[in-house]
Amino acid sequence: MSHQLVANNSSVILSFILVLISLYIGWKEKLGVDKEIVIAVVRAIIQLTIVGYVLKYVFKINNWMLTAAIMLFIIFNAAYNAKQRSNKLPQAMWISLLAIFTGTGVSIFVVILTGSIKFVPMQIVPITGMMAGQSMVAVGLCYRNMNSYFKDRREQVMEKLSLGATPLLASKDIIRDSIKTGIQPTIDSAKTLGLVSLPGMMSGLIFAGVDPVLAIKYQIMVSFMLLSNTSLAAIIACYCAYKKYYNSRDQLITD
Amino acid sequence: MATVLDIRNITYQVEKQTILNDINWQIEEGSLITVTGPSGSGKSTLMRIIANLQPYSSGEIIYQGKSLDEYDPIKYRQQVSYAFQQPDLFGQTVEDNLRFPYMARNQSFDQNRAYDVLQSVDLSKDYLTRSIDNLSGGEKQRVALIRNIIIMPKVLILDEVTTGLDDVTKTAVRNLIKQVNQSGVTVLQVTHDDAEIKNSDMLVTVANEKLTQNKEE
Repeated sequence: MSHQLVANNSSVILSFILVLISLYIGWKEKLGVDKEIVIAVVRAIIQLTIVGYVLKYVFKINNWMLTAAIMLFIIFNAAYNAKQRSNKLPQAMWISLLAIFTGTGVSIFVVILTGSIKFVPMQIVPITGMMAGQSMVAVGLCYRNMNSYFKDRREQVMEKLSLGATPLLASKDIIRDSIKTGIQPTIDSAKTLGLVSLPGMMSGLIFAGVDPVLAIKYQIMVSFMLLSNTSLAAIIACYCAYKKYYNSRDQLITD
Repeated sequence: MATVLDIRNITYQVEKQTILNDINWQIEEGSLITVTGPSGSGKSTLMRIIANLQPYSSGEIIYQGKSLDEYDPIKYRQQVSYAFQQPDLFGQTVEDNLRFPYMARNQSFDQNRAYDVLQSVDLSKDYLTRSIDNLSGGEKQRVALIRNIIIMPKVLILDEVTTGLDDVTKTAVRNLIKQVNQSGVTVLQVTHDDAEIKNSDMLVTVANEKLTQNKEE
């Protein structure tokens, strides 16, 4: 019996039954998500098909400039999506871009230096996707929590300001708690690695027939990367974002 | 006496609604002034504007002869301190709260001064290490108030800080305010309390977007 991966067109079409199950649940429970599921499925098919062909081309060409351009494209998209969670925070796009670029860039740069991966599209593009995706979630969480903390603790922040604190000192607790909530999912998933889930990269390698022990080594490396990546992205995003809650007179901006 | 704060033509509007309209007020150094007026009249807003905690729409504030705009906002707030009506305590202990003003000024904590200010509001030395969760409402209010004066400001703004306190605590707080004022600090207190009004040098009323000054008899 062959263990080779088989994902032909008919098997993909048959797996569409799974979407029908979620549509049925949505309709039965009146969740009002039917339209969203259909849009999500259509988007997934179109986006992944395009990406599949683009990656095929990029891998074939194997040009460093094109690889870097793809990296930037992924990071830009991640930043744009993180920005959407910022509740109209001024300059959220630039902050997100800086945070995700630095988090992703530093992590990838370090593992390239260690020699674990090479700057070739087949390795760089998927790893950039993983890093940027995770830092996008972390930065988005930071924005959302920071916004609600500034609302809930408004009086406390003003009290600290009235005691002579700088905006940084007055916001310190909020910054700390926002960073913590931003990186918590990464820490939680690192804690349960292998126990609850076999994460994407490891599963992919095992699927492709790689020795599970080697797959685990790569996954450990990716987990380390994800931790540094989300920590850096969250810290940069929070330390840049908190300033936007103050005006030029160091007063808290009213909604 | 010299003018410490000169409020010139201050107007505050929010969403086309005028809260304060063309307020002019000269505050003399070392005075104890009571600010009163109906609820929602803009007393707290005016106090927060003076404390540089919120912006104003137009006008100018002159502090010690210089426009507020020329001051570093942090340095200004270290001299013009605002105490809240329902304050929150920070951290875990009373000490965390009393350390904060020192931290804000990059100064080392003066424990003896902390003991002095605790005693000035009838709280013993051992309160310094107490958890804020074990304090009564009145004790919390007193700790919050002494945070504002552990490093003495030039102007102290009190926004109904005695509201909801029992009579004994109120008396302790009133005595402290009097002492602070006698040490040369200008005090602006928002209150409806008759005893506090009687204690003050001047009474001003904020009503119908305007401020009127009445010499207290």
